Order: sequence, then structure tokens, then C-alpha cells
Amino acid sequence: MTHAERVAAWLLAILWLSPLLYAFWAAFHPPAFATTFDPLAPLTLANFEKAWGYAPFPRHFLNTVILVTMVLAAQLVLCTLAAFAFARFDFAGRDVAFALVLLQLMIMPEVLIVENYRTMARLGLVDTILGIGLPYMASAFGIFLLRQTFKTIPRELEEAARVEGCSWLGVLWRVYVPLARPTYLAYALVSVSYHWNNFLWPLIVTNSVNTRPLTVGLAIFGAPESGVDWSVISAGTLMAVAPLLVAFLLFQRQFMQSFMQAGIK
Amino acid sequence: MRHVYGWLLLTPAAILLVAFTHYPAVATLAESFFSTGTAVRPSRFVGLDNYAALAADPVFWQVLRNNFWFALGTIPTSIALALLMALWVNGRLPARALVRMAYFTPTVLPMIAVANLWLYFYTPQIGLLDKVAAMFGAGSHNWLGSPDTVMGCLIAMTIWKEAGFFMIFYLAALQTLPPELGEAARIEGASRWYFFRRVTFPLLMPTTLFVLVNATINSFKLVDHLFILTKGGPDNASNLLLYYIYQVAFSFFDVAYAATLTVILLFMLGIFAVVQFQLIERRVHYR
Repeated sequence: MTHAERVAAWLLAILWLSPLLYAFWAAFHPPAFATTFDPLAPLTLANFEKAWGYAPFPRHFLNTVILVTMVLAAQLVLCTLAAFAFARFDFAGRDVAFALVLLQLMIMPEVLIVENYRTMARLGLVDTILGIGLPYMASAFGIFLLRQTFKTIPRELEEAARVEGCSWLGVLWRVYVPLARPTYLAYALVSVSYHWNNFLWPLIVTNSVNTRPLTVGLAIFGAPESGVDWSVISAGTLMAVAPLLVAFLLFQRQFMQSFMQAGIK
Repeated sequence: MRHVYGWLLLTPAAILLVAFTHYPAVATLAESFFSTGTAVRPSRFVGLDNYAALAADPVFWQVLRNNFWFALGTIPTSIALALLMALWVNGRLPARALVRMAYFTPTVLPMIAVANLWLYFYTPQIGLLDKVAAMFGAGSHNWLGSPDTVMGCLIAMTIWKEAGFFMIFYLAALQTLPPELGEAARIEGASRWYFFRRVTFPLLMPTTLFVLVNATINSFKLVDHLFILTKGGPDNASNLLLYYIYQVAFSFFDVAYAATLTVILLFMLGIFAVVQFQLIERRVHYR
């Protein structure tokens, strides 16, 4: 690699980080310094305080945490059971059923907003956190990923456990689930990131502060017509992305690997 | 017994999948043949009337064109950048991990937050872009408010958001290439550019095709930023198909027409899925 290329790689890295760095600058300085880069400008936390007060951030945080946890917990259970069925039971109609499951990789729930909203209205789940999460709980991606992993586990392990008197569910719980730990971790990271960041469907199905997750709260708060000044918007945006950003900085390698698996499917 | 167990294990997931994927897909198709019902006039079968309306709807054709330009503006550039990033990060670079982190960071941010950050660059007068323009003596420009520049603004932001994500696929592919190839080329005295053009790039072709299809699908699903930046405006200059569906369904309350538009979107996603499937088949064949 030539010297010029190294410099270019570095410049691109700085360019890529600059929108975020700029948001940090604006968030930690008084609004008067938001657009003037004076290294001696006083630091302040007032913007965070204001942002926290302007929008019901604590509530949005709580909603997002509940949503993400609920969706992940349900996904882990449902996808494990379904993946186990596909990997180890030769039941009638298995291949057709699997093809139908994979269809969801193409038709994500957010494409079918009109009909899904109607379904939620019929179920009385409009404006509930369960309503945001329910369409995502049976995840084709999760089923696919776990099925792949389960298939690589040697049958002998399972037979040994059966001989010891383990039931089917016991085999799943004691043999398959522990051996698939890395897959679960990768899946969990992708699922949490996805639902922490998801916007369109939560926007449609919620209409009150008590159910809106962070992204929807942030959109209302950051909209130009809200009249909030730039420094406060930066502070609010940083607060909303902070948990995920910190997690990413701590577990970079794991994040990149998981995202890659999610992409390749 | 295995039939019973198999289906029992599958049932909970199957119910939800049918309820939120298969049923709504079929219902959408059915809905597109009916009129939107109102209190006085209930919904009735209208055959292909909605599709005729669609063909005559200038906004529909415009959002389709916009989608095309959005895809064409974002995909080739972000793929080229992703490849360049991967080559750099894969090479001998001081503080490599830090550079890789910088490239990838936009991927973990929600599109809404990204739009919030970038809104500032594009704001007239106080925005960064206008400040830079002022330094060169240019006047203020309403970047997001003018039909000529709005698409370019969205494209630049999307490239920033996506290039790092595509980079990791190239990075993984590069790491599977045998190092002997590079050594052999060096002994033969091949230039780096020649080696890239004749060896690396062709070997990365499956990755490029894979990223290409994924990026195309993404370009149809990615509309969150429109809610913050433009709301599809000015005068639909930045409107995209999925956002238009949202508007028709939840602002104009024309459910039947929204269903018709959804059928078109599903049709496109279906075509891409078939292409993707064929690519995966081919890749398996190569191995």
C-alpha cells in the first residue's frame, strides 16, 4: 500500500466519522457555538438536560427496551422450536413449509403495512407495544439460521442423550441449545439492533407517548417544525443511539460478524 | 409420531408467519381488486380498475422513476466505496481497527438518527453545506427544498449509511482469497492495478452480485429518512414507492389503492428474490 493510499484511507475514515463527531460537538457546547468551531468554547450538558425535558425520553427508552426484550425472547423460543422441527423431524410437508417460511425473507412485515395495521385493529392491539412486536416474533431469518446450526450438530450426541432417557425437549434444551450458543449470540445482536432502530411499523401502529419507541419519539422531536434548536436535537439524537453505539464500540468484531451473517442468510 | 412432533414444534411460529406474512400478502392482492369502502358506499369488486388508475397516476410513475434514480445513485457508488474500504482495511494500514470501525459505524445507527444529523448539513444558511458554499462566494441554496438537488442530498446520505455495511462482505471474501495469488503476481512483476483488475475483482464477482441484489432490495425498503428530511417533497421530487404507499394508506385513506401499489412493490421484491436465489444456486455450484 502506498503512502498516498494510507493517507486517503485515513481521510475517508475521518470524513465518515465527521457527521457523528459534529453531533458530539454541537451537543456538548452552548447553541451559540454550534456552528463556530472554537476549541476554547465552554463545554456544557445543558443541551442533554433540555432534550431530556422536551421529549418524554425516559418513557421512550423504557418502551424500546420492553419492545426489544419482548421480541427477542419470543423469537428465541419460537425460532428454536421451528428450527428444531425443520432440522431433525422428517414430517409430512416439511419442504413446502420451509419454503413458505423463507418467503418472509422477501416480504418483510413492513412492506405489508396496510393489511397488518388492519389485523392489529381487529385484534385490538393498535397502540400497544405487543402490537409493534408481534409481526416480527416468528422470524424466518432466525429459523433459517438456527436450522443451519442444528443440522451441523452430530446425531450421535442426540442419540447418546436419548439413550440416557432424555425426552425430545430435553435433547433440544441440553444438547442443541448449548451447542448453538454462538448462533444465538449473533442472532440476538442483529435482532436487538434491528428493533432498536426500526421505525416505519412502530410509527404506524402507535399513537401515544406510552407506546412509542425511541425512533418514533426522535422523529417527532427532531422534525424541523418542532422548532427545537440544533444543539438540543444533536443531544437527543446522541442519547437515543448511545446504548447501541457503546455496545458496538465494545464488541465491534462480534457486531460485524453478526451483521454479515444476517446479510448472507 | 415424527409428523405430530414436527408440526407441534412448528405450529407457534407458523401461526404468526401466516397471520403477518402470508395472509396479508394474499389479502393485499385481493384488496387491489376492490374499491375503497366508505360509510355510505361499501367496498365492491371493481376488477382491474385500481390498476388502470395506477397506470394513469403521474405520481406513481414519478415515485417509480425516483426509486430508479435513487437505486442508480446509491448502489454503484456505495459498492465501489465498499470495495475500496475493504481493500484498504485488509491491507497493512496503521490503526486498521480504528479505520474499520469508522467505516462501519453508520451501519449501527437508526436511519432516523442519521437523517437528524444530516438535516443540519442541508439546512439553508446555517447548514454546513451553505457555509462551505459561502466560503467560495456562492449564495444560499435550499438543498432539500429544490427538486434539482433533493435527490442528490438523499443519495449522498444513503451512501454514507450503507457503504460500511457492504464493506464487511468484501472484507470476508478478501480474507478467503489464497495469499499465494498475490505472491505469484509480485514475482511475475504484475502491477497492483493489473492484479486487482485481472485477479481480485473477478474473484470477488460473486460477492459483488450478492451485494448488488441486497442493495437493490434495500433501496426499495429504505424510506425512514423521508419522514424527517423531505416528506417526499418538494412536489414528490424525493418520494419513493414505500413512502407513497404509506401516504396513500394513512394520509389519504385510500386503502384499495395502497393495496394496489403494494402489489407492485411485492412484485418487484419477488423478481429480486428470484435473481438472488439463482445467484445463491450458482455460487453453490461453483464450490
